[in-house]
Amino acid sequence: MATRSKPTKGSQLHQAITYPLDWVEERSGIVGGVKYFLFRKVPGDVNWFQTLGSATFTAFLVQALTGSILAMYYKPDPKAAYPSIQHITNDIWGGWLVRGMHRWGASVFIILMFMHMGRVFLFGAYKYPRELNWIIGVLLLAMGLGEGFTGYLLPWDQTAYWATIVGININGTAPILGPFLAQFLQGGTAIGADTLSRFYAIHMLLIPGAIFALIGLHMYLVVRLGVTSPPWSKEAAGTGPIAKAPENGGRRAGLTRYTRRGR
Amino acid sequence: MAHPSHDEHPHVPGPSLWPVGFAVGIVVLLVGLIVSWYVAALGAILALVFGFLWVRDLTAGTQLTEADEVAPEGGATAVESEELPPEDPADRYPRSKFLEISTLGLGAVIGGLVTVPVLGFMVAPAFLKQGDKDHDLGPLNDFPEGKFIITTYMTNPAQGAVSRRTAFIRNNGQLNGLPSFTIISNHCAHLGCPVQPNGPLNQRLAKQYRDVTLIPAISIAGFGCPCHGGQYDTEGNRTSGPPVRALDRYSFSIRNGNLFIGKPFAVAKVDGTGAQAKIHMQTFAYPGEHVDGPESWLYPIQPPH
Repeated sequence: MATRSKPTKGSQLHQAITYPLDWVEERSGIVGGVKYFLFRKVPGDVNWFQTLGSATFTAFLVQALTGSILAMYYKPDPKAAYPSIQHITNDIWGGWLVRGMHRWGASVFIILMFMHMGRVFLFGAYKYPRELNWIIGVLLLAMGLGEGFTGYLLPWDQTAYWATIVGININGTAPILGPFLAQFLQGGTAIGADTLSRFYAIHMLLIPGAIFALIGLHMYLVVRLGVTSPPWSKEAAGTGPIAKAPENGGRRAGLTRYTRRGR
Repeated sequence: MAHPSHDEHPHVPGPSLWPVGFAVGIVVLLVGLIVSWYVAALGAILALVFGFLWVRDLTAGTQLTEADEVAPEGGATAVESEELPPEDPADRYPRSKFLEISTLGLGAVIGGLVTVPVLGFMVAPAFLKQGDKDHDLGPLNDFPEGKFIITTYMTNPAQGAVSRRTAFIRNNGQLNGLPSFTIISNHCAHLGCPVQPNGPLNQRLAKQYRDVTLIPAISIAGFGCPCHGGQYDTEGNRTSGPPVRALDRYSFSIRNGNLFIGKPFAVAKVDGTGAQAKIHMQTFAYPGEHVDGPESWLYPIQPPH
């Protein structure tokens, strides 16, 4: 008879954790997918600037979460919007915090998007074969700015109202289609009762949906194409210690170049 | 190769300097639109020439890659085609192909049936049934001759303050036996901020007529915009700052001794003053749009107002 060792407390705990994960994995493959996404290989000399994309994504998640909860208390009606904002800020428990997170997080989101864009530009990470991901990123930037524009009206105070009038009229000065764009945004020839709910719907449903979809595409391409080395990378140039190692084929240029070999 | 798109050679056009010239041409063209027509024409020529050279470069590259492709060997294909069974006429359009196309087609039709009305519901209301009805501003006696009255009213009192509009109204007296009014909109012709009268108002003499508030001005030297500093004279002509035209005006009518404010219209400029003024009237346009001169060609079609 084979001797069976008594199960230790540690292994029991391990089993308790892994059993449900195995159960899900066997039926969906999701655990493997998440592992593939999180633990994929990246160049050895990536640096902190390459976390800006994840930081932008995190800022967006914060906006999505706080925005969804603010929507439980906000009333997109010309007569009720401003009082509901005052109610959120002054009366509801934690309202000042969540509204503050959303209000300041918006700026953080925009700033991080530009910093991420600057990193990609300065590292040359927009070049072949990643041009499409740059284009998607520019669309995401436009969507993010659209979120900022539509969200600015929602407090429905004097600043919000007149800033939006100016913003809509700047849109209106675009050649040929500008006046149509302005009238579409206003939902009429002037800002009226429908403009606020229209901006609210665009702000919390249309654009966030598009942003989620585009982020999905963006990340798919990041995983598919891999992460770029910094421009000063010795590894990518084939002169670094990792690239020179015999198991990596010795001296070989283009370690991080896009390749399907070995997959 | 099984996946020709996955080879290691980047599919990018060869290096070319022509796009730089093309970009310079576009910039010169845009600058020329503002500065002078000669510069614009020069820019257009530059852009066209360099664009042509660029396209020529690109197409030359394509031809090169096409030439590199190896033609399939004719012998093998000939042998294979001999072995194929004679073509059945019924197989020319196989069932699977029909099902594939009809499924995609039906899906597109259903998608269109759902999407088009919904998108129309989003877009159309902004362009249909626009424009406010004429609004009753009260008896003519409330508008003494030669004085500006700051008139605030609500185009739709049920909607509340969001429908509030302000106009500066001056009774110019009679012109050829008919009453003449100057009704200037408070929407700045720059970007639509609320223009303020430059001068003191007499709040004590303010009057209320239904939803209309009338505040007489003591003396007005013109109008100024608080947002970006646009300045206008008492006829609404721009005197300084960023506005691109004069202040908008409203048409008016008189019914049963009451003044009714009508439709707004854009004004390029006003010659003369008061009842003798010659108003260069245009159809309604959004703030920031030129209504005369070459810049107005940027806005060839106006949405229905």
